[in-house]
Order: sequence, then C-alpha cells, then structure tokens
Amino acid sequence: MTQTLFDRVWSEHIVQELADGVSLLYVDLHLVHEVTSPQAFAGLRREGRKVRRPERTVATVDHNVPTGDRALPITDAVAALQVDALETNAREFGIELFGLTSPGQGIVHVIGPELGVTQPGMVIVCGDSHTSTHGAFGAFALGIGTSEVEHVLATQCLVMSKPRNLEVRISGSRGTGVTAKDLILALIGKIGTAGATGHVIEYTGDAVRALSMEERMTVCNMSIEAGARAGMIAPDAVTFAYLEGRPRAPGAKEWKRAVERWSRYRSDTGATYDTHVKLDAAKIGPQVTWGTTPGMVADITSRVPDPAHFPTENERAAAARALEYMGLKPGTPLEGIPIDRVFLGSCTNARIEDLRAAANVVRGRRVAPRVRAMVVPGSQRVKAQAEQEWLDRVFRAAGFEWRNAGCSMCLGMNADVLGAGERCAATSNRNFEGRQGKGGRTHLMSPAMAAAAAIQGCLVDVRAW
Amino acid sequence: MVSAPFVRHRGKAVALPRANVDTDQIIPKQFLKGVDRAGFGPSLFYDWRANSDFELNRPDAQGATVLLTGPNFGCGSSREHAVWALAQYGFRVIIAPSFADIFVANCYRNGVLPVRLPEADVEKLIANAEGGSYELVIDLLAQVVSDDRGLYAPFTADPYGRQLLLRGLDEIGRTLLEEDSIAAYERSHT
Repeated sequence: MTQTLFDRVWSEHIVQELADGVSLLYVDLHLVHEVTSPQAFAGLRREGRKVRRPERTVATVDHNVPTGDRALPITDAVAALQVDALETNAREFGIELFGLTSPGQGIVHVIGPELGVTQPGMVIVCGDSHTSTHGAFGAFALGIGTSEVEHVLATQCLVMSKPRNLEVRISGSRGTGVTAKDLILALIGKIGTAGATGHVIEYTGDAVRALSMEERMTVCNMSIEAGARAGMIAPDAVTFAYLEGRPRAPGAKEWKRAVERWSRYRSDTGATYDTHVKLDAAKIGPQVTWGTTPGMVADITSRVPDPAHFPTENERAAAARALEYMGLKPGTPLEGIPIDRVFLGSCTNARIEDLRAAANVVRGRRVAPRVRAMVVPGSQRVKAQAEQEWLDRVFRAAGFEWRNAGCSMCLGMNADVLGAGERCAATSNRNFEGRQGKGGRTHLMSPAMAAAAAIQGCLVDVRAW
Repeated sequence: MVSAPFVRHRGKAVALPRANVDTDQIIPKQFLKGVDRAGFGPSLFYDWRANSDFELNRPDAQGATVLLTGPNFGCGSSREHAVWALAQYGFRVIIAPSFADIFVANCYRNGVLPVRLPEADVEKLIANAEGGSYELVIDLLAQVVSDDRGLYAPFTADPYGRQLLLRGLDEIGRTLLEEDSIAAYERSHT
C-alpha cells in the first residue's frame, strides 16, 4: 500500500495499537521550556515517576525570559521562579538545559534545528503549538498540552488518533520580495484558521522544493495557524546540507547511512491524501494581516475589507469586531497605515536569513521618527552569527534595539509588550487580541516588510524599495 | 492526572457567540507564569471580563457550567492553562461547531467535555440560552445533548477521550502498563 510521508513516519512509531483506532506513539525528541513544563514535573514528583529517556529530552528557557542585559537578574519575580523551576527540574531529572546564560539558549524551535537534534523521520513533541516548525525536516512534530508533556516525560510515548493527510501543493516561482512568510499567510487566508484542523499538512510542489531550510521552517511553523496538527516537508539535498556538520547531527562516519535512511522519508508515487489544496506562488504578493486572526490577511496592495462583504454572519461579526479592535476603517489602503512599533523576532522569522533580509532593507537608512523598532534574534547563536556579519551594526545604526534571544514580544510574557492602541509591524505568527500586549494591534508580515515599515513609519510594499 | 469520572452532566448554559476564540483570550499570557495547576479560574477571559457587558458578566450567566460558542474554539497556543481556567471557573462542557485539536486533547485530560454539534444546532442552543435561564443535559455515555423542551442532539466524542472522561483514568498509569511494548520498541529501534 502506498504511503504519504506522514503515514510512513506515523506507522514507524507505533508502539502499540490501543482500542478505537488510537495508537501509542513513540517520541524521539521531547523539547521542553519553562512555561508549560513545571506542572508536568510536579506531577512526576508527586507520583514518584522518573523521566524515561532524559537523553531524548532537551530544555531551554525562552518564553518569559528578558531580552535585555543577561548579566542582570530577572526582575519579574514570578517569571524568575519559573526559570528557576526549570533549572531545578532539569538537574533533578537529568535533562540537558540551555539556560539563560548559555550560548546555546534560544527559542526552542530555533535551537532544535540549529543543534541538529531535529532530524528527518522523527516524532518530535513540545508543549508549544509552534513545534510544527520541525516538520520542515520531514519530522512529525506537534504541540501538546502540559498533561501530555508529563505523559511523554514518564513514558516517552504519546497517545493519539491518527490525523488525516492534507497535501498543499505550491507551484510556480515567487515574485521578487515575496517570501516563505507570504506563502504561508496566503495559504491561511485561503483555507482559514481551521482549514486544516484534524490534518497533517504535507507541503509539496516546486515552489516548496525551491525554499531554503529556514524558509521551510517558516512555512511549517505557521501550519498550526491553519489549524493543522503538524506541517511536513519531505527531506532532500537542502535538508541534508543544512544538517551536515551540526553538533548533534550524525558525524562523518555515519553520515552516508543517515542520508540513505532519511531519503526514504517521502510520499510514494500515487500516495493518497484526504484533501488537496493548490496555490500558485506567482500569484502571491507580500501579505499583511489586517485583523485579529492570521486568516484575516490580504495582499499589501489591497484595502481593509468591508465586513459586510463576508459570506456568513459569523465571518461578518468577526470581521467587524476585528476592525473595531484594530482601529481600522473598511476601504483604507493597507499601504500607508501608520505604525508605532516594529518587532523582528519569533520562532517564525528570527533566523539568520530573516535578519539578513531585514538588514538589507534597513542598511544605510533610519527608523522613522516616533517608531520604536527591535530585533530579537531567535537564538544566541543566531545573534552571534549576525554580529559576526555586522548585521547588529546595521540595525543599531538605523535605530533598532538589538536584543538577546527569546520569544519576547511575540507573546509578550516578558517586559517586551505593546501599549494599548499601539500598532506593530511584526514578523511573528499571531495577531490575536492582546497577544503582544493588552490593546496592542499586530500586523503580521515578512521580515523585509517589517523592516521597510520601520523605515517608512507605515505599512509599505517592500517591492517598491 | 486523575479527574473524577464524567458520565452525565446537567447544568446552566451560557452563550459566547464568537468564532475563533483563541487560548490567548481564554487565559492571557500574564497568568502563565505560575508553576501550579490551580488558581486560574478568576483569570478566565481576563481582558474580556473587564467589560461589564461581557457575556459571562451578566447576572443570569452566573453559575453556568456549559459554554456554548462558535467554531474553532480554543485555537492558537497549546497552553493547557486555558482548560484549567475554564474548568476551575466551573465549566464542565463546551459545545461548539468545531474545536482546535490541541485544545480538545487538553480538555479530555482535565475532566472537561468538548461537544461538537452542527452549526445550526449550536445556533439554536445559543438562541435558547440568550433567551434566559437555560439548562442542558449532556450524557457522555449515550452521547446525547438534551433539554427540557424536547431537544435531542446526538454527538460523537473522541473514543479515547470519552474513555478518559468516563473512567477518570490515570493516563500515565495506563500507558505504563504497556512497559513491555515500549521496551521492545526501544530495543528494535536503537
């Protein structure tokens, strides 16, 4: 029987078929962070349970950590308690931790690939919805809740029913200034934020093959924003070239065998998907969100839509509510909407290629007066790399703040937040009400678009630059 | 985590007629910094509850245990804190046309039943609840939602989640019984 990439990874990880089509699935890699794990470790302690495979578990602090001076103590006492708790838990249960002052610290979905622990064919979980990022390597990678985190810690397994297969085929070549972020935003705009619920997306097509590894991560990262359980891309030469030489990837001796093994992770010819969606990359322009879900998105050249024009009552009400929250009027051109803040960061778009793309736009220019702009690299290694390339100088010279790694203003758990009514051009993944700070207004876009917005002081079409 | 078994529930319903309610709204980030599972109830829908007109603030919504809401409820962040907040506030059942996947998995592990009904049915229930005090009976054994006015709406729960709720299972304890299979898998995959 033919199998999709996802079918193959799934079937290889079945430890035991339980009743009712439910499987006990083996987990190869468990990533842990400070916010969704303390209650799980407390549960283990209460029941006298151990972490079954500490060597398959990697922890870091990213969600609530300050991105300012790392030599200073964390001033938020409650956040500090959570960071301390992870340190204690990692020590007690024998788990490797990339702590606050480690050069390997960073957003959990940036450091997994960076270390080379994320590999094709794996089942990867983390108590974070953007675990879908790792699917870019041909892994089945999914976000789980804290109860499941505890379950995986104790058993190295996850209990779940098999999701369905959804193929998203993206063909054609991208226009200038159109990025991986624009492809995934356009997809979410097309199928909606629940368009892939209950499914694992496999991204196929020449436009996907043409993506760099980091671009593939951006696409898979936001699969969850389309409601998908996970997103996957079959590994190829691009994947292998990215992994080769990474600290935790197979070494020179085992390399050839590893690549042979990984090369099997692809969908068979004629494999069947439950659903198909097609996108033409050539028809996609730079995307900007105008509302309060990632599905409320449009081409930068278009206007704020009129809620009255949506087909269902639910959508009309949601759009009207979103525009009220966003302080936008129907018919306003998206280009030219003034902004107050710019956030270049997050597990979606804070890797080295993202920073390079943004720096290319910023170089030799100045952030518009009254705009506060910050760059928060995805990891301390990304930060070091950028500094080696003098990108930090480009950003600083333009008036950007240059911060330490963390989730930062993507979710605003640390001090990096929007004030009420502040409008932000953000490279992150969610524009929900209050996501970046109570009353804050978020417009999602690509790094180059956010950088251009910082300079211009308003939303702008980067292709005109 | 073991919760009390959930077989049948009768309770007051409250309507929150919005689509795509994300977990950032259910429990905003500033409440995720704790290390305990308790104390989230008062922070449920924190920003929305600051508005006195918010549905849950209405006098007749007090004591509600069944939440009626729009499609794609619980989307976004995987934070289980969202379910802890709903449960600790008092909700035992959430009825919507659709839910986000991770949210559903979290519900079943915390004694909260997510019930998926066709959109037209949910709209009818919402209209009933908006018309004044309205009670629903949710029978997980029979997989039916009913009321005193003759409503009879069958639903299908996730089979595994249903067992977790019906039996109040210790899921980890249950999986640990599969130790031989897990060990065998590990031996054949190294």
